[in-house]
Amino acid sequence: MKPIWSIAKRELKTFFDSLVAYILLVVFLGVSGFFTWLFGSDVFFIGQATLQPFFSIAYFTLFFFIPALTMRMLAEEKRSGTIELLLTKPVTDWDVVLGKFLAALILICIALLLTLPYYITVWAIGPIDQGAVWCGYLGLILMSMTYIAIGLFASSITNNQIVAFLLALFIGIFFLIIFNVLSNNFTGFLGEVLSYLSLSTHFDSISRGVVDSRDLLYFLTITLFGLILAESSLAKRNIVE
Amino acid sequence: MSITVNNLTKKFGAQRAVDNISFEVETGEILGFLGPNGAGKTTTMKIITCYMAPNDGDVKVNDLSILENQEEIKKRIGYLPENNPLYNDMPVLEYLEFVAELQNVPKEKVSDRIGEMVHVCGLNVEKHKKIGELSKGYKQRVGLAQAMIHDPEILILDEPTSGLDPNQIVEIRKLIRHLGKQKTVILSTHILPEVEATCDRILIINNGKIVADGTADMLRKRAQGQEVLRVQIGNPESRDSVITSLKSLDNVAMVDFDPESKNTFIINSKDDQSSRADIFHMCVKNNWVLTEMTPIETKLEDIFRELTTVN
Repeated sequence: MKPIWSIAKRELKTFFDSLVAYILLVVFLGVSGFFTWLFGSDVFFIGQATLQPFFSIAYFTLFFFIPALTMRMLAEEKRSGTIELLLTKPVTDWDVVLGKFLAALILICIALLLTLPYYITVWAIGPIDQGAVWCGYLGLILMSMTYIAIGLFASSITNNQIVAFLLALFIGIFFLIIFNVLSNNFTGFLGEVLSYLSLSTHFDSISRGVVDSRDLLYFLTITLFGLILAESSLAKRNIVE
Repeated sequence: MSITVNNLTKKFGAQRAVDNISFEVETGEILGFLGPNGAGKTTTMKIITCYMAPNDGDVKVNDLSILENQEEIKKRIGYLPENNPLYNDMPVLEYLEFVAELQNVPKEKVSDRIGEMVHVCGLNVEKHKKIGELSKGYKQRVGLAQAMIHDPEILILDEPTSGLDPNQIVEIRKLIRHLGKQKTVILSTHILPEVEATCDRILIINNGKIVADGTADMLRKRAQGQEVLRVQIGNPESRDSVITSLKSLDNVAMVDFDPESKNTFIINSKDDQSSRADIFHMCVKNNWVLTEMTPIETKLEDIFRELTTVN
């Protein structure tokens, strides 16, 4: 456990020592605030005390931000060789992957915490569905975990940050849009499978306030799958035929 | 702690980077790992430090095997990887703290250890800077400091003096010598005088195989075989007569001129014999003034070249 926390701490420090964390927080709050309060189908346009506009915009902004966070995490360590430094300490491959995962998740949680004033403001305006709000946040966190795991996997298979970024977007877009679009074109079993794979199906049902164990299972499975792939691609150096 | 390497093999595709090598390092021994680029030095070190699994064979650190007790072994090893990778965006002190934490240095000891490392590696002036802003020599010192922060029993250093200026090289060698009294040290290098200056034993490897193993003196003796003398005679009557008389000695195998000097001769003795005494007596008998008699040592460079050049 301890090395995971040490690695996560170092990673967070790097975020806050460089501009990465601040840019991410400012842009995330700016974009989500703009669309929640000022533009498009914002809170006032809908005319209901609901955070639904915020959740749907966060759903897209996080999709772009998370790969930007994760792209350097393993790729840069591999490029500069520091991964060798880490892994020759009493640290396992899993410690490294989980430490990085934790760091990215904490940063996203900080970003989400900073949007709590939105919630308080809306609450002050009118009666708000408390359950839906907390479920919405839970949905965003679960979705972030999924994207972080995908991003870490993308970062683990290349030494190039840009490749890692694009690859994470490419994999992510299947879960974000493509499975959903395809599921509309297929009926029967294949349609159901594609619809199940689509992230929006599960995110929508959670952010409506319904926490179904199947949805939880979906997010956790993809997260775990991404992390396992990331770990095994780190451990690839140990494979002997 | 002793290290025992048994029939270690590592393949990259069809190429055998390390080919069935075995050797041992005892506690308190400094082993110099020599070899041309791509000989398998770094690969062997990566395997010993549990970074990579071997295709075949085993490494034992005392009774711990790299195949089973990786975590235990990693705690006991301090490793400076090739090219000294570091987190350039971290300040020196913060970085050393991070490494101390990973190495499970007890909390109350962390600042003591960091202080000691900063002192030993001469980092005091630069300790608040970011690693990326340091010169190559200072980065190398940070690399050494992180390797030794948890006071490991084994030190594995891949080219520890690369990038250092001559003064620093002398200091680091002194440091390694000092550490090597209690610790087991394996260091790799391209610089041959360095091995002679710091190491108790030399291991030369080429194409993944061990081609020589022993102290510098042993290697020299082995490579040389016969005694070679450089003899200068102050007042030779004629060069030819000197050569004829030298050749007539029982234990002289070959006599040659030194092309650079008129009255200097290179004399090869026969295998396992010394002709020094006889040459001296002959000079006395003929009333020649012997102005120089020096045994010519084979240089480590020559041995290295001979052992690692593919013909």
